[in-house]
Amino acid sequence: MTELVHDAWVIAVKDLTIEFRTRSAFLSAVVFALLAIVIFYFAWDPTAVAAGDLAPGVLWVVFTFSGLLGLHRSFGIEHEERAIDGLVASPILRESIFLGKAIANLVFVIAVQAIAIPAIALFYNLDFGAASLPIAGVAILAAIGVVTVGTLFSAMASNTRLAELLLPMLSLPFFVPIVLPAAQATAKLLSGRPAIEAMSWLKLLVAFDLVFVVACTLAYPFTLEE
Amino acid sequence: MKATPLSISAAAAVAIALVRVIFFTPYEMRQGAAQKIFYIHASSAWVAFLAFGLVGLASALYLWLREERLDRIAEASAEVGLIFMTVVLISGPLWGKPIWGTYWTWDARLTLSLFLWFIILGYLVLRGAIDDRAMRARYSAVLGILAALLIPFVHLSVYLFRTLHPMPIIAKPSAPSLPSQMLVTLIMMFVAFTLMYVALLRARYRLAVARDEAAEAYHA
Repeated sequence: MTELVHDAWVIAVKDLTIEFRTRSAFLSAVVFALLAIVIFYFAWDPTAVAAGDLAPGVLWVVFTFSGLLGLHRSFGIEHEERAIDGLVASPILRESIFLGKAIANLVFVIAVQAIAIPAIALFYNLDFGAASLPIAGVAILAAIGVVTVGTLFSAMASNTRLAELLLPMLSLPFFVPIVLPAAQATAKLLSGRPAIEAMSWLKLLVAFDLVFVVACTLAYPFTLEE
Repeated sequence: MKATPLSISAAAAVAIALVRVIFFTPYEMRQGAAQKIFYIHASSAWVAFLAFGLVGLASALYLWLREERLDRIAEASAEVGLIFMTVVLISGPLWGKPIWGTYWTWDARLTLSLFLWFIILGYLVLRGAIDDRAMRARYSAVLGILAALLIPFVHLSVYLFRTLHPMPIIAKPSAPSLPSQMLVTLIMMFVAFTLMYVALLRARYRLAVARDEAAEAYHA
């Protein structure tokens, strides 16, 4: 077990080092998120719909799509010069490869959100106030779900002919039980309702995370064997 | 599709059931003719869920037994199920317009059916995007199992959202509240559509076998 976590950590550090040195995917995901936030503002009539009513929806749509940008890269980089063969041949559990990739993607998604969520507050004139911490908690729970499912599908899609198209097509239906509860919980929190009212939604998020972290970690080795 | 005893009897059963629906089943008092869509709608929904259930089951068994036949069953069942789910998604709004006053509403069951349709479509696109047979079988089996795990979550989240769909009238704890004439028609339709599903499944399975054989002959 400690070996599994340790090896996963090594893989995660490797991926994050590559990303930190190039910063290509991170910067494009941040710019994409900011652009999407700005463009969404003009998709509605701001005199008819209050910005505060739009914000939760915009937040989670931007969240999923900017997440997909990073996820796609995750296994894409392993295909250059067949680096994935080196990973598979190394004496570590295959589950560790998956968990390591997922951890790196989680850090990536949370880093993008750490910029995107305050940007929404800024552009939509929202005062998160006391809701800041609970919203950060919802974002982390949602990020775990998105990243787990997305990492597995990224591993699968990167091996197919339709890589860029297939990842969103496979992932987005799986994001429904993440985006729906997350958006509902955020809306409750933003309108100043007590955190306890968002509880049933949060329970659904936690259950989703647990089931899919286990299922995807166990399923990943099946996508590897040659 | 070749004319086999199975496919001929399936076609005949659907024809007989349809004739009964149209000419020999009374109109529902309040909904009138629109209610007759229900026989097709409910039977297609039953077959679609049966088909998708089989995809999940065959996927799990494939990863365990590595039997190529199971992969072909999943493939055939997904494709036939998609057709029946499309019938559900077309017939539902046709009934909804006169009865609910709207073609579409974001009700729990409608949303679940729509997402199932999307997932199975993604499943078939994934299959189409992979050439290697063993890899295609493994990837689609993984997706099939994850989709089976996803369904309760989609159902729960959209159910918490809201629901407007008519509640069950057959499969409920008390006795079915459908008049017996209508119930007989519905059962006939269920049987006819299930037969049609089995016939299509077999034809589609044979196509998969023929395709794999042709590919083998080509590479040999």
